[in-house]
Amino acid sequence: MTPELGQLALILAMLLALAQSVLPLVGAWRGNRALMAVARPAAAGQAVFVAMAFGILAWAFLRFDFSVQYVADNSNLALPWYYRIAAVWGAHEGSLLLWILILNVWTVALAAFSQKLPEVFASRVIAVMGLIAVGFLAFIIFTSNPFGRLLPMPGDGADLNPVLQDPGMTFHPPMLYMGYVGFSVAFAFSIAALLGGELEQAWVRWARPWTNVAWAFLTCGIVAGSWWAYAELGWGGWWFWDPVENASFMPWLVGVALIHAQAVTEKRGSLRAWTILLSIFAFSLSLLGTFLVRSGVLTSVHAFASDPRRGVFILAFLTIVVGGSLLLYALRAPKVLGGKPFKVVSRETALLISNLMFAVAAAMVLLGTLFPLIGDALNLGRISVGPPYFGFLFPLLMLPVVLLLPFGPFLRWGKGDAPVLKQLLLRAGIAAAACAIVAAFFVDGQPKAIAGVAALVWLTVGVLLYALKRWREMPRGRRYPAEMAGMLLAHLGVGVFVAGVLLSESLSVTRDVRMAPGETQHIGNYDFRFDGVHHTTGPNWTADQGVVTVTRNGSETTVMHPQKRTYPRGQVQTESAVDAGVTRDLYVALGEPMDANDIEGAWALRLYYKPFIRWIWAGGLLMMLGGLVCATDKRFRIKRSAKAEAGAEAADGLQIQETRA
Amino acid sequence: MPMNPTRKRRLTIVLSILAAAAVAAVLAVLALQNNMNYLLTPSQVQSGEAASYSTFRLGGMVKAGSIQRSSDSLKVTFTVVDAGGAMPVEYTGILPDLFRDNQSVIATGHMDGARFVATEVLAKHDETYMPKELKDAMAKAHEGKQVEEAAAAQDKMP
Repeated sequence: MTPELGQLALILAMLLALAQSVLPLVGAWRGNRALMAVARPAAAGQAVFVAMAFGILAWAFLRFDFSVQYVADNSNLALPWYYRIAAVWGAHEGSLLLWILILNVWTVALAAFSQKLPEVFASRVIAVMGLIAVGFLAFIIFTSNPFGRLLPMPGDGADLNPVLQDPGMTFHPPMLYMGYVGFSVAFAFSIAALLGGELEQAWVRWARPWTNVAWAFLTCGIVAGSWWAYAELGWGGWWFWDPVENASFMPWLVGVALIHAQAVTEKRGSLRAWTILLSIFAFSLSLLGTFLVRSGVLTSVHAFASDPRRGVFILAFLTIVVGGSLLLYALRAPKVLGGKPFKVVSRETALLISNLMFAVAAAMVLLGTLFPLIGDALNLGRISVGPPYFGFLFPLLMLPVVLLLPFGPFLRWGKGDAPVLKQLLLRAGIAAAACAIVAAFFVDGQPKAIAGVAALVWLTVGVLLYALKRWREMPRGRRYPAEMAGMLLAHLGVGVFVAGVLLSESLSVTRDVRMAPGETQHIGNYDFRFDGVHHTTGPNWTADQGVVTVTRNGSETTVMHPQKRTYPRGQVQTESAVDAGVTRDLYVALGEPMDANDIEGAWALRLYYKPFIRWIWAGGLLMMLGGLVCATDKRFRIKRSAKAEAGAEAADGLQIQETRA
Repeated sequence: MPMNPTRKRRLTIVLSILAAAAVAAVLAVLALQNNMNYLLTPSQVQSGEAASYSTFRLGGMVKAGSIQRSSDSLKVTFTVVDAGGAMPVEYTGILPDLFRDNQSVIATGHMDGARFVATEVLAKHDETYMPKELKDAMAKAHEGKQVEEAAAAQDKMP
């Protein structure tokens, strides 16, 4: 009986979402306050029913209710409780339910914190959120019902895909969806602004922390996904330019551009139309991400079983959202233009360049990802675009960003001055060059590794010099407001990330070898001794577990236990063993026994030495932290009058106001 | 007409967008040309369609019983089949978890005489799923013949 209640809750939620979207829109158009007032209570009601549906599905998993098809397909009696919870979003139907739940979390937060916004504007924003909810709820109810029954009820269920039975995968989808869905707030703001035909700087200021938080979650989701691929797929790679990865990366790139464009619009009033356009694209690409992962139209290394028919629905939805909002943009954008002029050497120009680079990078990734579809449509044959396409173009586009990043904060709004920049160029440049020369001796003259060290020093020194400047020139208490601190943290993260990528890619030693028990391989100053394979069991799997003892100069570093697991339904899953460290990871994965009947004999093994690979994720986490810290700035919350605002600007002689640049 | 600051700024913005787009487009086309991989089935390769590509992807099913491992290295050979053709494949390295008999696989590599030398082998990620492009390519090559039947038929061949 309970699963049917879940179904009913979803239908009621959709009706409330309709009320939440249509009535306030009509109210805002007609100036009817009673209709506008429907927005908040309807949003709250919808959230209650969606949460109820989600809870009922989770409860069905916890109680092993295999009469529900989705539960029977994705769990069994042996699956531990934490993976049964994660199984709620382990496949198509449940992950959409998670999507809509998260949309409701954002909507309720928006409804609660938007009291100070003008009523007409706030009700339009909430109504747009409602429209998105209508689309997704209809998708769930009509094509992807998670509460469908399976009768007669089987005694045991199937299994959660073993690749998903990993802590990294438990957090990855909710984080990613928090990011995807979070961009809906910026989107709703832009649509509401276009509908009303005006965009006040104060509203953009209010919208900024939302974008920052969404972007931070998306960053966290991508980092978790990358770490999961590294640990779980057993290849030791951290990024594959796979369609599913690209799907999450495109909104991230546009998100970076959006965060910076919003700063310009809020501070100077310029780039309004561009900001609106970016927020439309960030959310559209988030929808496209859902579409790509869930429709199965593209072949991907980790494409999951999915139903292409559903793709048609999302495609139609996508067309309405993108087409509709771009049409609205074309009709109304000229109304919201404005802003102060700026010179060529100015912070606006620097931000504009970085914006262009990120937008072009997103377009480049989009082209590479969708090209197989285009080729298919034009009958060019079955094409796939190889990673070298991305690996060549992306660094090329990011090079100017890395080179220009330290200058950004030193530039003033409107008009910057050149001497400061020359000084910075000299100091950071000399530091980077000196460290690169020293590093060259340690890395055998590998150009990529040298570039990694140079980039790290260039970015770090640039950021620290700016931090020093603030320390010297600003009065105590005003040196590092949250927005500033967040910007510094995120920019430091870029340096750590770039260094991690270049150093680990150039210095990694990867070897696939055949090893008999007792044999030793020497890799990157470490000796890996293979001590054979034995049998072991876990809560819901059995495994062949290898023992690899790693020594360095005769003293034991660690003993590693890579596994080859077999799950109840015969799925095989490699569980690699990783010995993590700040300066290097050791990574061992089992291949297959050379003789299938003799598991105690020789095996194929992957032995990897990966220096500085953790810096990649550390850099990502610093960027995430930067985004979150930035969003806590008091300036975003306190609503000041225009007059007080002007006074504050004038008082800040340096004009290097708190900036998330 | 003299340019006012707003118009001048807009012109700068538009011109820089156009310039960036042009450079990006040229680079993207070049990079695409060098990195497009076509997916072909064994019968398409045997009919000579692969002649113009140095590197391509070979898709099909692993013929049952064809997997042969070398005893002293990681070299492995197997045969990839579709309804109308078979292609011996050589690969050195560790195969994916889901690689086994009668599994659909996609191998990236090049032809060396009559053999296909693979640098990467991907197997489908779960039991019920065949990559759509592979399914389409096989259907296109053989007008709807069942792939499973074809693989079984191959097994019976001497």
